[in-house]
Amino acid sequence: MLRQFMLPDVGEGLTEGEILHWLVAVGDTVTVNQPLCEVETAKAAVELPSPWAGTVTALLHEAGSTVDVGTPIITIDTGGGDVPAPAPAPDRAADAEPAAGLIGGAAPGGRTAVLVGYGPRTTEARRRPRRGAPPPSRPAARVPGADYGSGGQERPPLLATAPDMTTKPVRHGGLEVGRQAEANAAGGESVTALSAAPGRGRARPLAKPPVRKLAKDLGVDLTALTGSGPGGVITRADVHQAAAAPASVTELPSAAATAGEQRIPVRGVRKHTAAAMVASAFTAPHVTEFLTVDVTRMLKLRSRLAARPEFAGVRVSPLLFAAKAVLLAAGRHPMVNSSWDEAAQEIVVHGQVNLGIAAATPRGLLVPNVKDAGRLSLVELATALAQLTETARAGRTAPEDMTGGTITITNVGVFGVDTGTPILNPGESAILAFGAIREMPWVHKGKVRPRQVTQLALSFDHRVIDGELGSRFLADVGALMSDPGTALAF
Amino acid sequence: MRELASRPLSAAVSGMTTEVVDPVPGAGAPHLPRQTGLVQLLTPEGERVEHPDYAIDVTAEELRDLYRDLVLVRRWDVEATALQRQGELGIWASLLGQEAAQVGAGRALRPDDTAFPTYREHGVAWTRGVDPLHVISLFRGVDNGGWDPVATGFNLYTVVIGAQCLHATGYAMGLQRDGAESAALAFLGDGATSQGEVNEAMIWAASFSAPVVFFCQNNQYAISVPLERQSRVPLYQRAAGFGFPGVRVDGNDVLAVLAVTRAALAAAREGQGPTFIEAFTYRMGAHTTSDDPTRYRLASELEEWKLRDPIARVKAYLSRTGTADADFFADVEARADELAAHIRRGTTEMPDPPGTAMFDRVYAEQTPHLAAQQAQFEAYQAGFEGSHR
Repeated sequence: MLRQFMLPDVGEGLTEGEILHWLVAVGDTVTVNQPLCEVETAKAAVELPSPWAGTVTALLHEAGSTVDVGTPIITIDTGGGDVPAPAPAPDRAADAEPAAGLIGGAAPGGRTAVLVGYGPRTTEARRRPRRGAPPPSRPAARVPGADYGSGGQERPPLLATAPDMTTKPVRHGGLEVGRQAEANAAGGESVTALSAAPGRGRARPLAKPPVRKLAKDLGVDLTALTGSGPGGVITRADVHQAAAAPASVTELPSAAATAGEQRIPVRGVRKHTAAAMVASAFTAPHVTEFLTVDVTRMLKLRSRLAARPEFAGVRVSPLLFAAKAVLLAAGRHPMVNSSWDEAAQEIVVHGQVNLGIAAATPRGLLVPNVKDAGRLSLVELATALAQLTETARAGRTAPEDMTGGTITITNVGVFGVDTGTPILNPGESAILAFGAIREMPWVHKGKVRPRQVTQLALSFDHRVIDGELGSRFLADVGALMSDPGTALAF
Repeated sequence: MRELASRPLSAAVSGMTTEVVDPVPGAGAPHLPRQTGLVQLLTPEGERVEHPDYAIDVTAEELRDLYRDLVLVRRWDVEATALQRQGELGIWASLLGQEAAQVGAGRALRPDDTAFPTYREHGVAWTRGVDPLHVISLFRGVDNGGWDPVATGFNLYTVVIGAQCLHATGYAMGLQRDGAESAALAFLGDGATSQGEVNEAMIWAASFSAPVVFFCQNNQYAISVPLERQSRVPLYQRAAGFGFPGVRVDGNDVLAVLAVTRAALAAAREGQGPTFIEAFTYRMGAHTTSDDPTRYRLASELEEWKLRDPIARVKAYLSRTGTADADFFADVEARADELAAHIRRGTTEMPDPPGTAMFDRVYAEQTPHLAAQQAQFEAYQAGFEGSHR
């Protein structure tokens, strides 16, 4: 007789469940209460035991599919009769393994065939050593059920010593700390993570929720502040002050007094920068390529343009040409202007270039960007860049100007260095380092001449951009800067 | 924390008598002595030990009976959990791990005593002779509990947390007024000790020296909230505040639970008033079949408690002392198989009650108002006939 098992509501009011995996296959013989599959619902992942003994004739849904409650999921041939054969539930607690296999026998995946909706992790319990006779190595080996009580046989040994049950350490920091300690213990490490966890000794800084939010937004560490409010409460003004102050150099009282050593608390922009750089460097595989370019003609053009009336009052910097070159080259290679979306497993090719410019400010490194820079004329771009850097240095950059960048230029040349290997601004796929322009001996028209030469370095996310694309993009940027007239061909 | 806990207990050694409450028990309170007052007669290793205050003399036959109870109760529980997973029960509250606490307490009752359970006391129901199918019918949603509370001395399950403590206290005060030499046994969990009703019940019981025993199964979690978040002191110490004795017993030791509960019930019947028993145990499974305990418990904790299994120690003791042989254990297993088959068959064959059954047991004699409601309901139901079938 063929019978179909419908997906039951295992948790009071559930409407569907996802079949995580099947524990039986077509043709398998199953007993009553043998686990058939694991199902994940909104409440828990549970194993479904077979209601009948018989042979599996069909699995009606593949693992990974979501099934409505009440839908048949498996067909079992229960044989001639329609009375389910009574078979023992997988409860072997009281015979073979009194202490270890409390609920049932081993189930696939190394878990115990519990029927209460979850499988305990198979962790070895820690036990105190027993006085006198050494304890048996494994609980399972202690009391083989078959040995019980037969006359004349050697008496079974006592069971393993159980730990003291009445003094339970309190889990400061909750389950996460406990799980961390558990993981450490499993890895053979000590549980110092637990003892080192801040307990009652360390007070939480006093601040109202909106002030906490402000501090979070501005990257201010509240624990490093002294509140000026009543009772030491940290005020909004305290946070603003801390955010505006340059990274102050303070000596921690607890630090070892090595001569001349200073300890600077990591906070504010420094903290943000560090987190961003780590996130970028260890998620996006960086490739950096270099190109040395003769920009003599670009500088001549710059002089001519600066003399034109429409550029009056506008700074025509070498950076402006680099920015324009990047924008034009990105137009030709749109894949460079893209992002890796890990969550969606998609590459996002942006519709516009929001050009970021790394700016050194008194507060630290900021990367504001010019929105839809590709749409701007050269004059507009020059004005936008000037405003951007000016605002950043004054510490007035609006948050929206700091987000949404798609390509970044870092102008390391202003510090007199030749080039570097820039780290991507997180979320972007390309960054160009623009080195110092120097008068160098250069082969020009077959002769060695003093020429204005610079170096470009392009880092790109190799998940998105292959070497070929990165090279073509950098070559285009170089061509535009060495011969601005090339722009007519773009 | 471990370092703190192992620090020399200088204050205790110097004989400090002022009662200072440890704000976080176990977290390290060098000024307090460690809590070692756990009554135990059969260790987790299966060794029989004596306790100065709680002696017990059980015959070989009684020991074997207790073992059989424990195994059958667990089998019932496991089968019911499986039936829930097969869609046959709406929900099931598992007692896994608490068998000894329930069997020990249940077997301490005399036939004239009355138990007031929560919704998890299947093991006590077993000792009172309640048919498992009556309990299961409640969880299948076809009955409100079909057993006779008077005949069995086992009140109906109370789902409202802690409310049964008031029922038990009131019942005990009634026994007192009737001059009956019987006692009431109120069951509660650790979470219920935070409920107002429980505290009210204890105050009333103390004020009237009512013959009631509060039997608290401290299974360490109020669903997901661990005990240390609910009480700054061990629960049994709370009894002192109400003015009656509190005892902490190893809830996984069926002999100790039996001895302690017997003594408390005897004291209650003799007019010595209430006792609070904290049976220190552990819920090995989920709170109910709708719960996922891996979200709030550490796996290592479960593993440690497996070493204190209430059934394994009895089996080890029986076989070590030659009190039971292989035939006995095989017979118990066979009976467990029969019970499981009986429960499975009885559950799947359980008829759905007519919709009007809910009117039947509201009053001993139906009121005209209720009769009108029933008639209206029947007419309403009849309106669906045909369209739905």
